[in-house]
Amino acid sequence: MIPQMILLSILIFIVAQMMPGDALTGIIDPNIDPAAIEAQREALGLNNPWHIQYIDWVNATLHGDLGQSFRFKMPVTELVGQRLVNTVWLGLVTLIFTYLIAVPLGITSGRYNDTWLDQGITTYTYIGFAIPLFIFGLVMLWVFGFKLSWFPTNGSVAPGTEPGTMAFVLSKIKHLLLPALSMALIATVSTVQYLRSEIIDTKQKDFIVTARAKGASEQRVYNRHILRNSLLPIAAFFGFELTGLIGGTVFIETIFNYPGMGLLFIDSITQRDYSVVTSVVLLFGIASILGALLSDIILSIVDPRIRIK
Amino acid sequence: MVLKIRKNKYTYFRGINLSKTLLEIKNLKTSFRINDDYYAAVDDVSLTVNKNEILGIVGESGSGKSALAFSIMGLHNRAKIEGSIDFKGKSIANISTAKMNKLRGKDMAMIFQDPLTALNPLMTVGEQISEIIFLHNKGLSNKKRKGRVIQLINQVGIPRPEHTYEQFPHELSGGMRQRVIIAIAIANQPELLIADEPTTALDVTIQSQILDLIKDLKKDMDAGIILITHDLGVIAEMADRVAVMYAGQIVEIADVHTLFENPLHPYTRSLFNSVPNTNEHQDRLHVIQGIVPSLQNLPRTGCRFATRIPWIDESAHEKNPVLHEVIPGHYVRCTCHSQFYFPDESKEDQKHGVS
Repeated sequence: MIPQMILLSILIFIVAQMMPGDALTGIIDPNIDPAAIEAQREALGLNNPWHIQYIDWVNATLHGDLGQSFRFKMPVTELVGQRLVNTVWLGLVTLIFTYLIAVPLGITSGRYNDTWLDQGITTYTYIGFAIPLFIFGLVMLWVFGFKLSWFPTNGSVAPGTEPGTMAFVLSKIKHLLLPALSMALIATVSTVQYLRSEIIDTKQKDFIVTARAKGASEQRVYNRHILRNSLLPIAAFFGFELTGLIGGTVFIETIFNYPGMGLLFIDSITQRDYSVVTSVVLLFGIASILGALLSDIILSIVDPRIRIK
Repeated sequence: MVLKIRKNKYTYFRGINLSKTLLEIKNLKTSFRINDDYYAAVDDVSLTVNKNEILGIVGESGSGKSALAFSIMGLHNRAKIEGSIDFKGKSIANISTAKMNKLRGKDMAMIFQDPLTALNPLMTVGEQISEIIFLHNKGLSNKKRKGRVIQLINQVGIPRPEHTYEQFPHELSGGMRQRVIIAIAIANQPELLIADEPTTALDVTIQSQILDLIKDLKKDMDAGIILITHDLGVIAEMADRVAVMYAGQIVEIADVHTLFENPLHPYTRSLFNSVPNTNEHQDRLHVIQGIVPSLQNLPRTGCRFATRIPWIDESAHEKNPVLHEVIPGHYVRCTCHSQFYFPDESKEDQKHGVS
């Protein structure tokens, strides 16, 4: 995991370096003497070779200093800290929705495969695969936020509410629901499909016949034997789900104008806020690596065959 | 020779006297749906199994042996079952799953073919044996149940039962897993035990141990056992009576001594002839021409074996072959056996020595 992270940081740094312009391009008053700007570059270490700059950056990052945001005029650490909480909540609620939808649908679809019910669910998953998230998010926003006005259309909390009060929490939840649901409805389809095929696969295994031959009722065969064995790969899929979620938040937060990491990422790219971009990408990357690690840990807990001794 | 005949008479005599009919199958037809038509994998099978008797069923792969076993246990998912299966005088063909579940695992049990896949990989051995006891005796305390499971593990000859109780299937060898499957099958002391190729996946040394185990069960529990195999050696050693299946039908049925002394049906004779024999020098083994036709291509009229013995004249076969009782207790299908000969004459009079 450590080597992956080092490789990731080098990649991010190099890509960031390759982006045209730097913090002193564009935003600076054009009346300032180019020599002064050059002097400032020299002072900030922007003219050093890339590996020196990389080491400086890593050193600072490890000390919790992600640099200054040129746009917000505040430390990136602080900025990210504010946004991270929102994204974590959004991700968590989305995950809960994803599994709340995926598990019953997948089980129904797998258990009663090739019935009209299964065909209905499969049709939904195909539609889900086919619709891009950013289109679906916009449609949801338009229908439930704008037309029906059931949910707020932007922000993460109603303006003017006091942090710490019940109203604040409720407002937060209300702002979360629509973006989370929009993302979950699309993200869940792969899990539904996966669970469906796992169940159909497990249904035909020999040990299911053994269970039936023991005299186990159909309900017990499903709960005890099929389900547990089918959920196993779903657990392994969890890390992948997490990575997908990061991609999803970028779209969803932009559409719903929800102040999280995804929105921050898009904003800082358009504003050339490089220190923020690199930090956010680094965090996203680390989250993906942690997701994969988490999958492995979960799998080693639930599957006795790969239990680490 | 005289001794053998006596022995036959003895078992036969004892068969009438002591054992009651445990399982009676009449005109069983199990059909599977392929596209829009039903094709019978088990076609018009009638047989009986008595208490304290091992009925061997032999035949090539695809001859419907396992389909027959699954029909008895009601384990087919989407099959049409016609005819009657009576277990202890009660019909069990096409009864509800709930009723079947009361019988399965308690009064009748099955030993499966492949020990590597027949156990749930995520449950410990103990849990899996425990489950079958729990399902039929919910009142038993956990402690007593565990005691019984450990006793069973011990009974099937697995060393260190307490340790094995906690192990997962992947931690055991194939032979040990087959023992676990046997332990599951015998947990509730079933009256009918169906062993579907219990030794096919095992090596020979383990085979004999497993077979001894099954024999002990017959002795200890007075059970009726259906032993499905394609190993004639196993049949010779274990069975009291033998049914030979081909293409979903029983082509010959007799007690084991009669069948081995005097096999009649061309298929039975071909099977015996394909077994390697160390008594005589053989350059090549006898091969039955062709393969068992697939379900869809099975000839439904005439002698089903005719296509594999093309050198026999068509007039030798019956139009609609039925089982003929040639001597009491010895049934053969079709009349073609009276005119059957092997094309390779040198092998004809060979003794049917079986390893």
